[in-house]
Amino acid sequence: MNFTLKVWRQAGPEAPGRLVTYPADDISPDTSFLEMLDIVNERLIAKNEEPIAFDHDCREGICGMCGAVVNGYAHGHERGTTLCQLHMRSFRDGATIYIEPFRAKAFPVIRDLVVDRSAFDAIITAGGYISIRTGAAPEANAIPVPKENAERAMDAAACIGCGACVASCPNASAMLFTSAKLAHLGLLPQGQPERFERVRTMVSAMEQAGFGSCTNHGECEAACPKEVSMDFIARMNLDLIRASLKHR
Amino acid sequence: MMLDGKVPEGPIEQKWDQHRFRLKLINPANKRKYRILVVGSGLAGASAAASLAELGYAVDCFFFQDSPRRAHSIAAQGGINAAKNYPNDGDSIWRLFHDTVKGGDYRAREANVYRLAQVSNAIIDQCVAQGVPFAREYGGTLENRSFGGAQVSRTFYARGQTGQQLLLGAYSALMRQVAAGRVRLHKRCEMLDLVVVEGRARGIVTRDLITGKIERHAGDAVVLGTGGYGNVFYLSTNAKGCNVTAIWRAHRRGAFFANPCFTQIHPTCIPVTGDHQSKLTLMSESLRNDGRIWVPKNKGDTRPPSQIPEAERDYFLERRYPAFGNLVPRDVASRAAKAVCDEGRGVGPGGLGVYLDFAEALERLGRPVIEERYGNLFHMYKKITAEDPYREPMRIYPASHYTMGGLWVDYNLMSNLPGLFVIGEANFSDHGANRLGASALMQGLADGYFVLPYTIGDYLATAGKSKVDVDHAEFAAAEEQARGRITKLLGIRGERSPDSFHKQLGKLVWNHCGMGRNDAGLRRALEEIPKIRDEFWRNLRVTGTADTLNQTLEKATRVADFLEFAELLVRDALHREESCGGHFREEHQTEDGEAKRDDERFAYVAAWEFKGDGAVPDMHKEPLRFDYVKPAQRSYK
Repeated sequence: MNFTLKVWRQAGPEAPGRLVTYPADDISPDTSFLEMLDIVNERLIAKNEEPIAFDHDCREGICGMCGAVVNGYAHGHERGTTLCQLHMRSFRDGATIYIEPFRAKAFPVIRDLVVDRSAFDAIITAGGYISIRTGAAPEANAIPVPKENAERAMDAAACIGCGACVASCPNASAMLFTSAKLAHLGLLPQGQPERFERVRTMVSAMEQAGFGSCTNHGECEAACPKEVSMDFIARMNLDLIRASLKHR
Repeated sequence: MMLDGKVPEGPIEQKWDQHRFRLKLINPANKRKYRILVVGSGLAGASAAASLAELGYAVDCFFFQDSPRRAHSIAAQGGINAAKNYPNDGDSIWRLFHDTVKGGDYRAREANVYRLAQVSNAIIDQCVAQGVPFAREYGGTLENRSFGGAQVSRTFYARGQTGQQLLLGAYSALMRQVAAGRVRLHKRCEMLDLVVVEGRARGIVTRDLITGKIERHAGDAVVLGTGGYGNVFYLSTNAKGCNVTAIWRAHRRGAFFANPCFTQIHPTCIPVTGDHQSKLTLMSESLRNDGRIWVPKNKGDTRPPSQIPEAERDYFLERRYPAFGNLVPRDVASRAAKAVCDEGRGVGPGGLGVYLDFAEALERLGRPVIEERYGNLFHMYKKITAEDPYREPMRIYPASHYTMGGLWVDYNLMSNLPGLFVIGEANFSDHGANRLGASALMQGLADGYFVLPYTIGDYLATAGKSKVDVDHAEFAAAEEQARGRITKLLGIRGERSPDSFHKQLGKLVWNHCGMGRNDAGLRRALEEIPKIRDEFWRNLRVTGTADTLNQTLEKATRVADFLEFAELLVRDALHREESCGGHFREEHQTEDGEAKRDDERFAYVAAWEFKGDGAVPDMHKEPLRFDYVKPAQRSYK
């Protein structure tokens, strides 16, 4: 298959960026999107040009390292798919493909398609955990968890922290990411003691990091490679109201 | 030299308890005066960094991804073992210990394995308390499933994302310590060298991958949790970034490298489709609980699987190993798959594949149950192959997955270099010549949560506090050398990319030191590797500069180390004239093609000492004693 790529090139955080055109010819349909970029990069190196910088690691859709906006969609047009799991067979032969970094004020571009997502770590640092010391845990089966809750907590915990939700939201909101962690911990009995303090501190960290607020566009859920549900945002908002009614 | 693993005296079930009592302690108020450098943020690194910080130590944690949550432990799918015996099927610490020693083909250190089994239950408790959403029964208690190499159900799991959930648990504990100001994170930061001062590991040299800045870090101890070297084969199930650099650089500084030839080839991976392929994707071993593995009985049968009648199928694992069936250990399953493909009965393009068929399970259990158990794996398979495993069998083939070898450590997880601790996949200690499924997660967390935090205190208390800062001459020298290597790589200005060398090396190592190894092939590889290395240093092309994000340069530094390491891997495989676990020497097999150990000659750990570039390394032996699990021909029949 043959493609024409329009790739965002930006030498550094302060440098101006622009779209550069590259041919991507002779690509097998079984090639993944990142493997297609590998091939283009090998050809750039052969021409003594600097290859396109992009983040990636596991290439099986779980580490959350990869991601780019492809033809306007975070991780590309296929639902429930990370960029590394997108295959070229899902594109039309001869297509022109626009590839840009995830864009958000809180995700500054480092180089080309690589962005800085440290803001997500800051949100987790603000309370995305259950405070338990190593060695202080009770016997595992002493805490029964209804299967339904465990499954629902797992649905939320499936978030890979890739940032597609932020990149696709018109407000660059991180509410899907934040609410997924809050729901994961808040649905489990272990997470109850800190539940309301957690929602306060994590939401506050999210706002401080420069993410916008949710106005119910639903783009986040549509872009999420793990199909994390927006219902968790509603749950987070409800918990936030309940937290504000409690004594601080 | 004979190596001493420092295994404590006493009956095996009391060794760890007595040892912990004998370990020296550091006063809680003094712990903050000790700085510990933890390299790697996977299950072992993150759990160690969090636990050490909770104890009060000052911790620095380094990792090359942008967040500690992305370490490759995250990709583990199937589960984590523990001896809880919740299903009441006869499990115990003794049985887990026994299965692991046997599964490792009697090449692991007994006392370490027993301790691993002992602390396994506390790991599950810890993870549940952190909020890891393990699978549950309707009554709310934890659910278990079976894994290869065991006849009990002792594997805890969170759908097909167990590694992810356990890592997120360790990551949350780590971030809690970051919030408390006890851990400093160094993201996008790669270790380039270890600094040894007066015989002790006292620091590391790193490169900031964004700015290219080379930095020195000093501490009272260095902990490497930097994973395995499976990417030496280029194609493997490892993440693209996994590399041997940290442990190889430590090896060059004096740390012994143990049993590098013990590499695990995982039976259930998606087959290679073409030259463009950058990695191989694992399909969890848990699939073998319900999937049946088969190939056509007749050579060259190209009919689609649905049109091959039952009578013309060969369920070769069930046929050869009736007791364990599809759940034989990984090394056994991989070799059996290779054997049927070598006979010309493989399926799919190139004949390098076997079927993993769920038709029977779908009929027996119904689609909703299969979806709940394996939904994400089926989804992943379909994404990659464009085939629907609910309708036609998966095609799988073995691929490099895990490495049992690693830096040599004693019972305290300390290498022969005082002050250098090695945990998780990066060390060699617990899995012998073959790791059982769902044991990597167990070992990483055992080391990080429940072993290292005790043993490192004893070292620090014994070694005492001595001031070494980054202005020391050894730091300056190590930085100078790291800088020099980078300048050299950039200065070659040849014609070939780092990836092209990596692929060439990978193919060579896979062909001669992969699933089957023989004397002639290994000798050939020993001749070829230096040639590739030589061309690498003459004809490499690294574009860009050293002072920005330069992924080509990152690759080049890693490939340079793989090119050195590969030679040691092959040398170790050549010296070990027996077959055991994942190391299959074709000259040493039983009549029915099983691995044939030689306990007389090879019941030892081979720990290699670096003697300089171009020099033959020295081998030291740690004899292995089996007082509790008597070595026998491993049988899963």
